[in-house]
Amino acid sequence: MRPRLAVLALLLGAAGLLLSAGAPPCFAQIDINIQTATGPMESHIGNFTGHSEPGKAYYRRYCIGCHGPIGDGNGENAQWFDPNFGFAKPRDFTLATYKCRSTPTGTLPTDEDLYDAITRGFVTTNMPQWRPLTEQQRADLVAFIKTFSVKWTSQKVGTPINVPPEPAANIESILRGREMFQKMQCWKCHGPEGHGDGPSAPTLTDSKDNPIRPYNFAVGSRFKCGETNQDLYRIFMTGLDGTPMPSFADVIQPGDAWDLVHFLRTLQPLETPEAKAWKEWIVTHGKELKPIGAEEAPGGGK
Amino acid sequence: MKIRHLCPLLLVLLVSSGLASVPVPPPAGGTVTGKITYTGTPPKMKPIDMSKEPNCAKEHAASPVLTENVVSGPGNTLEWAVVYVSAGDQGSTPGTQTLKFDQKGCQYIPHVLVMQVDQPFQIVNSDPHLHNIHPLPKINPEWNKSQPPGTPPLTEKYDKPEFISVKCNVHPWMHGWFIVLNTSHYAVSGSDGSFTLKGLAPGKYTLTAWQEQFGTQAQDVTLASGETKNITFTFKALPY
Repeated sequence: MRPRLAVLALLLGAAGLLLSAGAPPCFAQIDINIQTATGPMESHIGNFTGHSEPGKAYYRRYCIGCHGPIGDGNGENAQWFDPNFGFAKPRDFTLATYKCRSTPTGTLPTDEDLYDAITRGFVTTNMPQWRPLTEQQRADLVAFIKTFSVKWTSQKVGTPINVPPEPAANIESILRGREMFQKMQCWKCHGPEGHGDGPSAPTLTDSKDNPIRPYNFAVGSRFKCGETNQDLYRIFMTGLDGTPMPSFADVIQPGDAWDLVHFLRTLQPLETPEAKAWKEWIVTHGKELKPIGAEEAPGGGK
Repeated sequence: MKIRHLCPLLLVLLVSSGLASVPVPPPAGGTVTGKITYTGTPPKMKPIDMSKEPNCAKEHAASPVLTENVVSGPGNTLEWAVVYVSAGDQGSTPGTQTLKFDQKGCQYIPHVLVMQVDQPFQIVNSDPHLHNIHPLPKINPEWNKSQPPGTPPLTEKYDKPEFISVKCNVHPWMHGWFIVLNTSHYAVSGSDGSFTLKGLAPGKYTLTAWQEQFGTQAQDVTLASGETKNITFTFKALPY
């Protein structure tokens, strides 16, 4: 009796260990050796406090296939993402460089920024929305993702940039925004009509030397980092770190930034108030517009 | 009580002795001079096509700008190599002078900017069009800023030593380097491949030479007071 009980206890104990590790009892996954760079981390999102220990189990379950056991974006699925066809490689968490931030370029994002990115997914990539996970699970994942880089212990999180209240989106604002689009040379990458086909577009690479495409406003999708006018304001003011999209926070004043937001909305095939105002105006004034793009060099053509 | 009264006296003594003492002359600085050379066949410097930025193409119409990843000179010398004290450093002074990194004619000037940890440097756009300045560090924070024409210089610094590649995404041929060191004993090789490190106190040093295409090399050197030594770093240049 006794030896039998001991064997049973051992078996039960082993099963318990497997379950408590949060992994389904699949032997292939047990071998995966997750390596982190820091000790346990926390995240704070609204009323939720995330913890990296449960987060690790969710990471193993949901994220490891693409982002990999050491968080460097080289999971076993990553080889099938071809940046030459517009599919961005999975994020490398070991660098702690993030596209979607409310904070200035070169600073760490807030926990909410990471939480929003997980929730929202990345519309132009293979990263799906993770709304099916509970808020607590997503908060735990945010905490765990931070354990892949010592930067989360050595650097401070940035202070979110101020997004002032949005002024009226009238035609005057849109026209001023169009001048900003020309002056700030957005068209060099995004193209004169925002189709992502500017003269510099074919040569763009991300910080890992993978080809990357500028956003095409004509597809009418959400942006990489959200969908509201406030999100759009934040995108070009903070820049998308790790990509060619720079920050304009030092060179665009808040009023001009809102004008640019209003103009960018007219490039999308959406029923926005900006698009409506633009369409009405262009019927009668279209011929007054100077084309966007390279200005003629003085003394002759290009 | 007694001790209390003594304290101010001691302080006065200390201060006055400090003022009165004759400054000890620093030991005569040693010097290392030398050349950066290569054996083999280095890649050729190629002309850069700047036709996508008409302003720049026009500026360099007479003589096109050449690639700078390997800039070789007569006698197999290499320009833009960095030589620095990588071990045994002593007497380094903090870098306080603000350095300048210019974007002019769609080129970075200088191609290699060496700075010390926490040393401020200014990024200037002298061109009549926008550049985005995008250094690619892995240890320091990675930022990416746009700089339209006529905007004031950006002042930046890095707080950890690192070799940082710099690019402009709008003009993909633009390429430079920020070399962040924790020593003030460094030199960049000139167009004849020569370099000079001055003001080295007597002692044993490891000198490292870095060239962006060919990597690094190290040599030990021991300097007596006021001694000058000559060193050559020879990189193996393989055609690719």
